[in-house]
Amino acid sequence: MKLIKYTGLVIFLIGLAIFTGSIFTGSFSLSPTEIDQYIDEKGYKSEIIADALKKNIATDEALNIFEFSSRVRQAFKHSNDHYDNLIATYDAEKNWDKKGEQYQYKIYGKPHTLSYDLAKRAGSGFVKDNPALMWWLTFGLSIIGALLYILPNVILLGAPGIKNNGIYHKSATNRGWIAWLVLLYLVGFYILLYFKADYVVNWTFILDPISKALNGGEASQWFVYGFLYCVIMTVMAVRMYIKYRHNKYQILRTTSVLFFQIVFAFLIPEIMTSLNMPGYDFKNAFPLDYDFFFEWNIKSLTESGAIGLFILVWGTILTLIIVPLMVYFFGKRWYCSWVCGCGGLAETLGDPYRQHSDKSLNAWKLERWVIHSVLVISVLMTIVTLYCYFSGAESFLGINSQWIKDTYSFLIGAWFAGVIGTGFYPIFGNRVWCRFGCPLAAYLGLVQRFKSRFRITTNGGQCISCGNCSTYCEMGIDVRAYAQKGENIVRSSCVGCGICSAVCPRGVLKLENDNTAGRINPTEVLLGNDVDLMDLVNQK
Amino acid sequence: MEHIVIIGNGISGVTLARHIRKLSDKKITIISAESEYFFSRTALMYVFMGHMTFEHTQPYEHWFWKKNRIDLLKAYVDAIDTDSKTLQLSEGKSLAYDKLIIATGSKPNKFGWPGQDLDGVMGMYHKQDLENLEKYAPNNTICKRAVIVGGGLIGIELAEMLVSRDIPVTFLVRESSFWNGVLPEGESAMINRHILSHHIDLRLSTNLKAIKADENGKVKSVIIEETGEEISCNVVGLTAGVSPNIDFLKSSKIETGKGVKVNRFLETNIADVYAIGDCAEQHEAIGNRRPIEAVWYTGRMMGETLAQTICGNRIQYKPGHWFNSAKFLDIEYQTYGWVHGKKGKPDYEAHFHWKHQDDTKCVTIAYHKDTNVFLGINTFGIRMRHEFFDTVLTEKWNVNKVMTHLSAANFDPEFYKLHEKDIIEKYNRDTGNNLRLSKIKWRSIFA
Ligand SMILES: Cc1cc2nc3c(=O)[nH]c(=O)nc-3n(C[C@H](O)[C@H](O)[C@H](O)COP(=O)(O)OP(=O)(O)OC[C@H]3O[C@@H](n4cnc5c(N)ncnc54)[C@H](O)[C@@H]3O)c2cc1C
Ligand code: SF4
Ligand code: SF4
Repeated sequence: MKLIKYTGLVIFLIGLAIFTGSIFTGSFSLSPTEIDQYIDEKGYKSEIIADALKKNIATDEALNIFEFSSRVRQAFKHSNDHYDNLIATYDAEKNWDKKGEQYQYKIYGKPHTLSYDLAKRAGSGFVKDNPALMWWLTFGLSIIGALLYILPNVILLGAPGIKNNGIYHKSATNRGWIAWLVLLYLVGFYILLYFKADYVVNWTFILDPISKALNGGEASQWFVYGFLYCVIMTVMAVRMYIKYRHNKYQILRTTSVLFFQIVFAFLIPEIMTSLNMPGYDFKNAFPLDYDFFFEWNIKSLTESGAIGLFILVWGTILTLIIVPLMVYFFGKRWYCSWVCGCGGLAETLGDPYRQHSDKSLNAWKLERWVIHSVLVISVLMTIVTLYCYFSGAESFLGINSQWIKDTYSFLIGAWFAGVIGTGFYPIFGNRVWCRFGCPLAAYLGLVQRFKSRFRITTNGGQCISCGNCSTYCEMGIDVRAYAQKGENIVRSSCVGCGICSAVCPRGVLKLENDNTAGRINPTEVLLGNDVDLMDLVNQK
Repeated sequence: MEHIVIIGNGISGVTLARHIRKLSDKKITIISAESEYFFSRTALMYVFMGHMTFEHTQPYEHWFWKKNRIDLLKAYVDAIDTDSKTLQLSEGKSLAYDKLIIATGSKPNKFGWPGQDLDGVMGMYHKQDLENLEKYAPNNTICKRAVIVGGGLIGIELAEMLVSRDIPVTFLVRESSFWNGVLPEGESAMINRHILSHHIDLRLSTNLKAIKADENGKVKSVIIEETGEEISCNVVGLTAGVSPNIDFLKSSKIETGKGVKVNRFLETNIADVYAIGDCAEQHEAIGNRRPIEAVWYTGRMMGETLAQTICGNRIQYKPGHWFNSAKFLDIEYQTYGWVHGKKGKPDYEAHFHWKHQDDTKCVTIAYHKDTNVFLGINTFGIRMRHEFFDTVLTEKWNVNKVMTHLSAANFDPEFYKLHEKDIIEKYNRDTGNNLRLSKIKWRSIFA
């Protein structure tokens, strides 16, 4: 059994190595005609970009992606610098007409995005020519390897039950060097994905056939991300199924997040795109879906006919009515650990790291400040955007609409949710984003704290203060602090993952929905003691 | 300001200190030689098993003590002079008190076995025992086999700890079936099978005769009393119960028996000296309880109670209905009220027993043979609601009524497969009743 496990690990690592190594393969170049075609399609007016590009990338040399990217970016910079210089010159000459003319020649867009577009066309080589084989060598080997590593646990873990043995002895789960390596890999992955997509264009070649089959178009880096997301969640869900096979709540919950990820977040938007509709994730609620009310989205939706309108109405109802109503009945768990994609990844890929959340009071204070600030900022951003959209102004309340959107997308959307949120799993736990950053979680949390039927009931006086619940609470809630006082846990951040209840060796905790009366029950003397004393102390 | 000194920073001493602080402004000092800060003894096993680090076993952050003005003193109390109201601390220091609380807990029993003090022989009670175990049984190359002596709750925890590191375990149990001094037969037998299924070499009706040393004074083997068999091993765990940790009181005027003798107000024979927790011994047992109750909950309840007395509201220690819990490897156990094993079972106590076919869940319900009043429940592998049974016991429900409302008592996580229907069917078959499960939720029953 152990042998199978370690063989699996080796196979997985080989798959991962090929996947990572594939970045460095292939060569990239375009013919002069192709470059002209491209410029035509894009409608660039610059008179020097064509030559610059031809000089840089219409070559017989076998450029790898890094060289290619750097040359493309140089070309664009060269063109833009040229016109910037002209602008400066005319500006000095006070020749306003001439100065104004130059702006049309400038090419906007992030350098790596421009380079990605070209690379997608310019690539050739083994990966591009053999996507099916490459799929098996990368995704295939990794999946098979990972499953071989995971499946023997059915036997190795022994009888069903909580099996957390050795978590704090292993480098991978106890912030050892393996954990740091994983962190580096994940952070690197996200930085490439968000900011240097051209470097990983080879990955998109591997998935081109699948993308074409699903939505008719070639794969983008976001398609790669979406596909990878589903694969990772599926494999790690198998791990969850085995680890918590005695616990039906965990099994159903895992199935649910997996379903919503694959069907709602991945398949439906792809199919909608293939039908020429705007691709939309029907479960992704504003303000997690922070660009829902951005001009471009509203515009694209209003221009997409009935379906667009439906999405607009649905998105609004989802946030304003469905979300809070469901939180009232079931707690925020219905979203955060049954539906949400971020939550889904956290509960599958992130489960081995859940114990790393900080339980200190200071962390809780920080959490409340940060997460509510993000909520306020996201709402503010939306108000500014909407105001500007309807009034045509560029800023509102002294805030520039474009600036706040760009800043939010960069800092919160990419860095916080992606790089830190997922990249830091192995060291800071699996819910860093959900706990400190997600504006939707903040909103759900307020409803959950003040108006909900959900609570974690503490079973009278049974707690032995062992601390398993607090240790394994991914949201950093000091569950024990409540349980050992016989008090129910009613916390805005609780995502209802149910793990505290699962790991409790004394059967103290139960997640349930019930009457709101008596939901919050501060106690000093616990059940089991003298009833008169309980009355005396607890009535105070 | 009155100075309250508490010896022992376990659950009883700490609960007391917290409650005194809530009620008053008195100066509070807690002394312990074991650890700087309060930790949960019940969680020691999880540290060894790698579920948690030692820090996780500390229920309060370090700033808590200062903020609540509870002084912590790491020292060992050598002796108490109640006349001058001073404590003699190790290293020659002393400390004066106005009121003294002895909350020194327990120590593992040793019954004078030859070799019981060898290297590699240990109890499992204090933090130091854990460190010792880590030293002598870090893995199965250094510790090729461990022998555990004594089949109680700590014994089985120690077995689980060692098994978690793949160390072969031989488990010597004096009784003819595991913990059958407390558990009824069916349950005890189920746990026997569960222990065996974890590849633990369980030896029932087996006593330890002697522990043998190798040339370096380390454990080499144990000899079995009944058969004379020699079992080689590197570690011996002594878990044959605990007794109050009060040797340091011998020279004082405080009355002791097995523990520190206290009355119902938790007062000793000396004014201003009290005792709580594992080390306190009631002059007379309270109800079915034993005079010394070495359980977590008792220590906590005594702490909650004594704080009132210390702060001027003198009240008796009057615990409510008995409850307890434990975990046997993968099987959780809870009990509410009294369900007796064969030993000490009163004549009037009748039992209903149900066991799931998977052999990991069972329930025993005790009731009065003549009046049919519900007396208690043991439940294995099914969680039950403390509040439900506490109320049922107070209101002295008829056992039939309890059976019909069993669904309301369930405390398993949502979506779990429920077994109440099965249970009540078996009950009907056994007793010739024709009861049906009520669907009423538990809150509504008592509303
Ligand atoms: C492994 C294990 C598992 C357990 N599991 C459970 C369980 O699941 N459920 C349950 O109900 N109970 C359980 N118990 C029992 C429970 O832990 C005890 O009943 C409880 O901890 C007793 O608390 P206490 O405050 O009376 O004493 P302790 O926790 O023993 O605290 C006494 C402290 O006083 C210190 N001390 C003693 N003498 C001196 C001195 N002269 N000078 C200075 N300091 C001194 C000791 O070192 C110790 O730190 C378990 C016990 C063990 C060992
Ligand atoms: S309190 Fe429990 S259910 Fe809530 S997030 Fe923490 S572990 Fe999950
Ligand atoms: S896991 Fe259970 S017994 Fe342990 S501290 Fe939490 S609620 Fe208490």
